[in-house]
Amino acid sequence: MAILLRSEDKIIVQGITGNQGRFHTGQMVAYGAKVVGGISPGKAGQQVEGVPVFDTVRQAVAATGATASVVFVPAAFAKDAAYEALENGIRLLVMIPEHIPVQDSIDIVTRAQALGAVVIGPNTFGVITPGEKTKMGIMPNHIYRPGPVGVVARSGTLSYEIAFSLTNAGLGQSTVVGMGGDPVVGQNFISVLEAFHQDPETKAVVMVGEIGGSAEEEAAEYVKTLGKPVVAYLAGRAAPPGKRMGHAGAIIERGRGTLDSKERALTAVGVRVVTMPWEVAPAVREILG
Amino acid sequence: MKQYEYMAKGRLKERGITVPPGRIADTPEEAAKVVAEIGPSALKAQVLVGGRGKAGGIKFASTPEEAVIQAKAILGMDLKGYRVDRLYVEAKLEIERELYVSVTTDRNAKKPLVMASAAGGVEIEEVQDDLIIRRLVDPEVGVLPYLGREIAEAMNLSLPLAREFSELLVRLYAIYRQEDAELVEINPLVVVDGHLIAADARLNIDDSALFRHPEFELVEEGSALEHTVHQLGLAYVELDGDIAVMANGAGMAMATLDAIQHYGGRPANFLDAGGGAAVEPTAQALSVLVGMHPKAIFINIFGGITRCDDVAQAILQVRRSQGIPVPLVVRLVGTNEQKGVAMLEEDGIAAFSEMSEAAQRVVELAGEGR
Repeated sequence: MAILLRSEDKIIVQGITGNQGRFHTGQMVAYGAKVVGGISPGKAGQQVEGVPVFDTVRQAVAATGATASVVFVPAAFAKDAAYEALENGIRLLVMIPEHIPVQDSIDIVTRAQALGAVVIGPNTFGVITPGEKTKMGIMPNHIYRPGPVGVVARSGTLSYEIAFSLTNAGLGQSTVVGMGGDPVVGQNFISVLEAFHQDPETKAVVMVGEIGGSAEEEAAEYVKTLGKPVVAYLAGRAAPPGKRMGHAGAIIERGRGTLDSKERALTAVGVRVVTMPWEVAPAVREILG
Repeated sequence: MKQYEYMAKGRLKERGITVPPGRIADTPEEAAKVVAEIGPSALKAQVLVGGRGKAGGIKFASTPEEAVIQAKAILGMDLKGYRVDRLYVEAKLEIERELYVSVTTDRNAKKPLVMASAAGGVEIEEVQDDLIIRRLVDPEVGVLPYLGREIAEAMNLSLPLAREFSELLVRLYAIYRQEDAELVEINPLVVVDGHLIAADARLNIDDSALFRHPEFELVEEGSALEHTVHQLGLAYVELDGDIAVMANGAGMAMATLDAIQHYGGRPANFLDAGGGAAVEPTAQALSVLVGMHPKAIFINIFGGITRCDDVAQAILQVRRSQGIPVPLVVRLVGTNEQKGVAMLEEDGIAAFSEMSEAAQRVVELAGEGR
C-alpha cells in the first residue's frame, strides 16, 4: 500500500523529447515505473529510452490506457499540456515546471477538481512510492527505501536530504510527495495527510514545510484527527520578510507566512517540530521505537 | 514585480477606473510646474513600500513655491530603506469617506479573493477582522456586477455609489486576471463629491507571467548585486551577515541559512544554485560569492540531479581563475560524491558529509558563534 501512485499506474511523459523529459524518463524506467508512452507533437513513431512517442495525449491514451502523466514542457506551454491531459482522461497529473503563471495554475487545479483528477505541483519534484518501485518526477532513485514513513514536502532537495537521512537511519518511506514551491499548487498538507491517514502502511508522517502562505497552519487543525504521529521540519527561520526565498511561494508577506506562526500552530496540536533537518530522523526513530 | 503607484494608476485609468489628475516629477522644478497646472496637490514619494504617509513621504503644496520646498524635503530622502528619486504630484482631494478594495490570490483556496472594507485608509492588516468583507471567486465564473452589489451592500453604500463600486470591482478583477496581477489594491478608495476615486493603488505582477506582458515597464527591486545575480538566472537574496552561502534548491538554501544561524553565525545571502546545477552556473554563482568579500564561504550540496563532481569542478575552476581568499567549507553528498570529494581533497579542500558539522565549522572559521 501507498498513496497517490501505485505500481500498476500507467504513466505517460509530456515533453519526453526535451533534455529533462528524456533524462528523467530513463530514470523513471530504471526505477521500475510503468512508463508506457511519451508526447512530443510531430515526433510520433520515435522512441525514447524504449518508450514510444506519440503526437497527442489522445493517441497515447488510446494506445496505452495511461491514466497518469508527468509534464516537462516549458512553463509557457504548461497550461495547454495540463488541459490536454485532463480532457483526455488523465487522473494523476504531476507538473514539474517552475515559473508557471499563477493564473494558469488556478485554472489547472480548478479544472482538475471539476474532473476529479489529482494534480501534484507545479514546481514539484514529484511523487515516489519505493515499496512499489514506481515514481513520477525528478528525484534521485538511490536515496529511498520502502518503509513506514510518509513524507510530504514543499521543497525538492531539502526533502532528498531528509529522505536520505531517514533511509540511513533504517527508516524507509511509504510514499514521498512534493507539493511544489509555488503559491498555488494542487495538493496541500491536508489532502496528502488525509491520504496517509487512509494508508495502513504509513505509521508516521514527516512534514517538510517552509515560510510563506498558511498551508502548515491549516494542516494543524487536521493533524488533530490524523491518528498518526507527525514530525515537522520547517525551513526559513533566517529569512527576512518581503523577500522571495527561491520558491515563488516562499515569502513572508505583510506579516503572514512566518515560521513562528507555523511552528506554534503545529506544536499546539502535538506535532513534534524540530529546528534542524538532521533532527528529523532521530525524532521519527524515537516515536516509532 | 511591484509597480510604482503612478504606474499602477496608469493601468487603473486605462481600465476605466477614476484616478485623480497627476504627473510624475523628478525635480522640485518639475513638481512646481505640475502644481501650477493642477492646483493644490499631494507630493507623493514613489517607493515600493506601504505606509509612506506616516514615514513623511507624502506632503502637500498649494502653490508652486510650496511645491519646490516640499519636493526638496522628499526627493533624496531615505524612506524605509528606499531612496526617493521620483515624486507623483497629484491633485489634492476633498475626501468624504475612505474605503478599501483589493483582488489577490487565496493560496489555500486556490482561488481569486476579493477583499473590501468600509474602513479604508490604513494598511489592511491593521483593520479589525470583522470589518473586512472577503469573497472567494470561482475563476470559471469571474466577477460579475452582482458580487460588487453584494459587497457594496455589506459596506452600507447607497445606490449611486453602490453601482459605481460594482462597476469598479468588475474592472479591478479584469486587471487581476488578464494582467496576471498577484495583487491589485486600491487603498484608500475615496468618495469625493459622491463619486469613487482611486486615491492610492498597488499593483504587483506575477514574475512568472511577465513573458506575456511586454506592456509592463520592468521595475527592479533590491540591490545592484541582486540584479546581477538574478540576471544569471539564480535566486539570490542579500542578507546582513558575513558568511556567504550557496546551496542547491530553495529549501536546502533556506535550511543552510537556518543551520548557520543555529550555530551562532550570520549568513550574508541566500543563493539557490538550482536543483540540477551544472559546472558553469555553479562556478558563476561561486564567483559572485567570492566577490562579496565574506569572512567565509559555505557550499552545501545534496547531489540528486546535481552531480558532486560537477560542483567540485566548479569550485576548482574558480579557485584557479580568481582564487578563493577566504575559508571555504564544502559539504558534498549524493550522486558522484566520492569522485567530487577526491577532486577537492587533491586540491587540499576538505569536504564534509554531515550538514551539521559543516555548518558548525564554517561558523568557527568565520570567527563567529557561541
